Amino acid sequence: MTPSVFSADGLVGIIFLLMLAATLVGGIVAVTAKRLVRAVAGLIVCFVGVASMYFFLNAPFVSMMQILIYVGAIAVMIAFAIMLADPENKLQQRKGNVVNSPVGFCCAALITVGLVALAFRAKWIAFAKINDGSVDEVGTQLLTSHAMAFELVSLVLLIAIIGALIIAKEGRR
Amino acid sequence: MNFSLTLFNVVVAVIIIVAFVAMNAAYLVWAERRGAGRIQRRPGPNINGPFGLFQPPLDGLKLMAKQLLVPGGADKVLFAAAPVLAMFPAITSFVTIPFSDTLVAHNINVGLLCVFAFAALGSMSILFAGWSSHNKYAMMAAVRAISQSVAYEIPMLITVITVVMISGSLDLREIVRQQSGNIFHWNIFPLLGNSHNLLMPFSFLIFFICSLAETNRAPFDLSEEESVLVAGYHIEYGSMGFGLFFMGEYANIVVGTSLATLLFLGGWACPFGLFPGVWWFLIKVYALIATIIWIRWTFPRSTIYSLLNLSWKILIPLSLVNLLLTAGLLKVF
Repeated sequence: MTPSVFSADGLVGIIFLLMLAATLVGGIVAVTAKRLVRAVAGLIVCFVGVASMYFFLNAPFVSMMQILIYVGAIAVMIAFAIMLADPENKLQQRKGNVVNSPVGFCCAALITVGLVALAFRAKWIAFAKINDGSVDEVGTQLLTSHAMAFELVSLVLLIAIIGALIIAKEGRR
Repeated sequence: MNFSLTLFNVVVAVIIIVAFVAMNAAYLVWAERRGAGRIQRRPGPNINGPFGLFQPPLDGLKLMAKQLLVPGGADKVLFAAAPVLAMFPAITSFVTIPFSDTLVAHNINVGLLCVFAFAALGSMSILFAGWSSHNKYAMMAAVRAISQSVAYEIPMLITVITVVMISGSLDLREIVRQQSGNIFHWNIFPLLGNSHNLLMPFSFLIFFICSLAETNRAPFDLSEEESVLVAGYHIEYGSMGFGLFFMGEYANIVVGTSLATLLFLGGWACPFGLFPGVWWFLIKVYALIATIIWIRWTFPRSTIYSLLNLSWKILIPLSLVNLLLTAGLLKVF
C-alpha cells in the first residue's frame, strides 16, 4: 500500500526518491563529465545521496561518517590533486570511450542483467530495527561480530600508507 | 503527533534557523566594521540609523540591485552553485546545534558529527568558486583554502575526540548536560570534580586556533590575501553572489563559536550555577565572536608557509600527544 502524498510517510517517500535520483544523477555526471572538477561535483552529489540512504536505513552514524570522510576528505583530496595537476583543464579525451567498446558494453550489460535478475528473484523482507545506530552500538558490533572485517580494513589501510610512502620516496630522487 | 502539526514544526524551525543565521551574518558584518573602526581609531559605519544599525539591510539592497555578471570562460553551473553552497553548511549545522536544553530544531544522537560533516561542504564552495571563475587569482586562492582546510581539519577532529572521550557521547545536548552547574564543572576548567580533563584548556586552545583557520579568519585568511591575490576566491563575484560569500564567512564563525561554547564552555550553563538558559549560550557565543573580531584587527596576517607549518609540524603532533595523554588520564583516574 502506498501512503498518501499528503502524509508524513508520503513526504519521506518523496525525499527518498529525490535522494535516489541525486545518487544516480551524481554518479552519471561523475562518469560522463568532460571537465574533471564537474566530475568531482557529481561525485559529491552521489556521496551525499548514498549518505542519505544510510540515514533512511536508521544508521545516522554511518551516514554522517560517509559525508565527513568521502566529501570532507576524499573528494577534497581528489579536487586538490586535479587543481595541482591540471589547472588549465586541457586534459585530452581518449577517443575510444570505455562503454562504447564491445567488451565494455557486454560486461556492463551482463552485470546489469544479473543485478536485475537478482533483485526480482530475491524475497524482500522488511528488517526490524536492530539498534538505534548509535556510536556505542556501531563500536560494539565492529569489535565483536565484525572484528575480522575491521582488522582486514585496517590491513588495507596500512598497505595503502606504505604504498604512498614508497611512491613519495621514489619521487624524491 | 498528527501530520499538519509536524509539518508546521518543521517549517517554523527552518524559518527560525534561516532567520537566525542570516541576521547574525548581516549584523556581524556591522559589528566587525564597528570593531575595526574602534580599534583603528576611526568611526566605522555610523551614518545610517543609530550607531549605523541600518547599514547591513541597505548594503543588502545595494548588492541585490546590482547586475549579476558571469565572466566569459566560467563554468556557469558551478559558478552559480558556489555562493549557495557557502551559506548551506552553516544553516544545516544549526539544525542539530542546541541553544538550550529544550530549544533545538532536531536533536540526533550524532549531532557533533553532523556539524563537522556539513562543515566539510563549506570548503567545496570555495573550491568551486575558485575553479569556475576561470581566473588565476581565484584559482590560487582556492588551492590555498583547500590545503588550509585539509591541514586544520585533522588537529581539530583529533582535539574534538578528546572531548568525546571524556563525555562518552556525540550528542551535543548530553555533552552540555555533563557540564551543568557552575564554572568549575565546564570542560575548560580542570580543577574541580573531574581530574581527567586536566588537558582541556589545551584542547580548547587547539580547537580555537583551528576554528579560526577553518573559517578563514585573520591571522589565517590567506585565501583572501588582497596584497597577493587581489581579492581571493570571490574575485569574479559581484552583487549578491559576493554578499553570500561574505555572509557565509560570518555564518561559519557563528557555527564555530557555538561549537566551542557547547564543547568547552558549558553551553547554556551559568558561571554561578544560577538560571541556566539560552541567554547564557548567546552571551558566551558573542563573547567568543568579539574575541575573534578583536584578533583580526590586532594581529597581522600570517604567510601560507608558516600557516601550513603551524598545522603539520606543531598542531597535529601536539593534538596527538594531547589525545594519548587524555586517554591515559581517563584510564588512571
